Amino acid sequence: MSTATAPTKARAAIGERTLRKDNWRRYPIVTVVIFTAWLAYGLVRSLMGSDFWVAEYHYLTPFYSPCVNVECGEAALFGAFLPEATPFFIPFAVLSLPVLLLFRLSCYYYRKAYYRAYWASPPACAVGEPHQSYTGERRFPLISQNLHRYTWVAAFIVSVINTWDVVLAFHGKDGGVGVGLGTLILLINLILLWAYTISCHSCRHIVGGRLRNFSKHPVRYWAWVQVSKLNERHGQLALITLGTLVVTDLYIALLAHGTFSDPRIFN
Amino acid sequence: MSYQAKFRVWRGEAGAGALRDYTVEVNEGEVVLDIIHRLQATQAPDLAVRWNCKAGKCGSCSAEINGMPRLLCMTRMSTFAEDETVTVTPIRTFPVIRDLVPDVSWNYAKAREVPSFDPGDVKPGEFRMMQRDVARSQEFRKCIECFLCNNVCHVVRDHEENMPAFAGPRFLMRVAELEMHPADTADRRKIAQSDHGLGFCNITKCCTEVCPEHIKITDNALIPMKERVAGRSYDPLVWLGNKITRRKHTDTPKS
Ligand code: SF4
Ligand code: SF4
Ligand code: FES
Ligand code: FES
Repeated sequence: MSTATAPTKARAAIGERTLRKDNWRRYPIVTVVIFTAWLAYGLVRSLMGSDFWVAEYHYLTPFYSPCVNVECGEAALFGAFLPEATPFFIPFAVLSLPVLLLFRLSCYYYRKAYYRAYWASPPACAVGEPHQSYTGERRFPLISQNLHRYTWVAAFIVSVINTWDVVLAFHGKDGGVGVGLGTLILLINLILLWAYTISCHSCRHIVGGRLRNFSKHPVRYWAWVQVSKLNERHGQLALITLGTLVVTDLYIALLAHGTFSDPRIFN
Repeated sequence: MSYQAKFRVWRGEAGAGALRDYTVEVNEGEVVLDIIHRLQATQAPDLAVRWNCKAGKCGSCSAEINGMPRLLCMTRMSTFAEDETVTVTPIRTFPVIRDLVPDVSWNYAKAREVPSFDPGDVKPGEFRMMQRDVARSQEFRKCIECFLCNNVCHVVRDHEENMPAFAGPRFLMRVAELEMHPADTADRRKIAQSDHGLGFCNITKCCTEVCPEHIKITDNALIPMKERVAGRSYDPLVWLGNKITRRKHTDTPKS
């Protein structure tokens, strides 16, 4: 009688990095182009130090909020503590910009996008990655992604400040209440920024996701359900708000520069 | 409407093998598994393929079609152009026994490493659970154990050396399910990181992309689990609070 031998354990020898024939390179390429362009725009704008405030209607671009440089003038709502002679590479919104960058950098959606697009880890599903070894988010520096919740809290505070900016942007020519196209653009941007911030995975965890027993916490359960609904769109909101931030900033920059004037709806 | 389709199928044993070309009839309404069966019946009687239900419910027929991990029985031929060559290979991450049949025992070993449900002192008949408390885990119970998610995950697919330290999305999801269970008393947050390798996952979502049950593995299991682990191990304020209130944790011990 012959004895059956167990087969040797080896993966199928397939040389190709991937057998996918669809256009899997599209996602990483499009992502790199969009993110790099956005970063370049954001960098230029935040270091420009001009065209950020439309005094007539109290429009302040979100890139400069809160403005804490003496040069901010009227736009410095919360006091100005940076002297006029600050070097050019210190943005006027020195408090909020690093926070917002860290918030998006540690966001679960952006992590997916830039790990894939910039680091090719993996470049696309079932496509071999070019790295020799892989340790994931277990070591410094990536282990610090676990602190995303703190950047969320900070971003929440910045969103409150942005809300106040928009309230002030309901400012008319004669000093009373007024609404212009700029006000509406700021408002739409604000609503979308809030949707992005509230749909965050850390927020979902904090409001209720961390509980084992929803039935014992009806209010938090309700909040969790709402955040979960928004959370399904978190990636989309992350991208949309990149767009609305640029549109809002560019509109205000052009207004402040005097390229055109703000169409007024009321006062 | 039938036509002759070009197929390339990986044939081989215990790792060694190659893609072989076939031309085979395709009829309207058929799925890839039908074509593999026709190959078996007409041209390659020794072609090995594993299947059971042909309804996307048993999770046996996992393979890779044109490079993407899929169920053979749930991939319609109508998704391909008639002149397109359809390439079928076994799933890549696990050893191949023969042709399209992989050895998925790694997955069962990983399943056994997850400490089972721990009800504490509750006696049978004493459980009272509300639907809203179990709804989250019910999504994960849709899993048919096809292991396409574990197969596509780059942590082990591209780095075989990580296989001992990583449980794969399927079993990290099992850990998350137990952590969300209203009647489970164990605290698996520490071992999720140390024993099951949650920290390897970089949430790039390929597991979610290939899951035939459309389970939102990353959004609903892995990320919530990462948040829980952060609360247990990385959050300085929680740590400080625990020190002040001298809260004792009863972590499930490492294996
Ligand atoms: S999301 Fe995590 S577990 Fe899922 S495939 Fe990606 S790295 Fe693997
Ligand atoms: S989670 Fe989805 S992909 Fe993974 S084994 Fe279960 S059904 Fe298959
Ligand atoms: S902001 Fe994207 S997950 Fe928190
Ligand atoms: S044969 Fe059962 S899932 Fe395909």
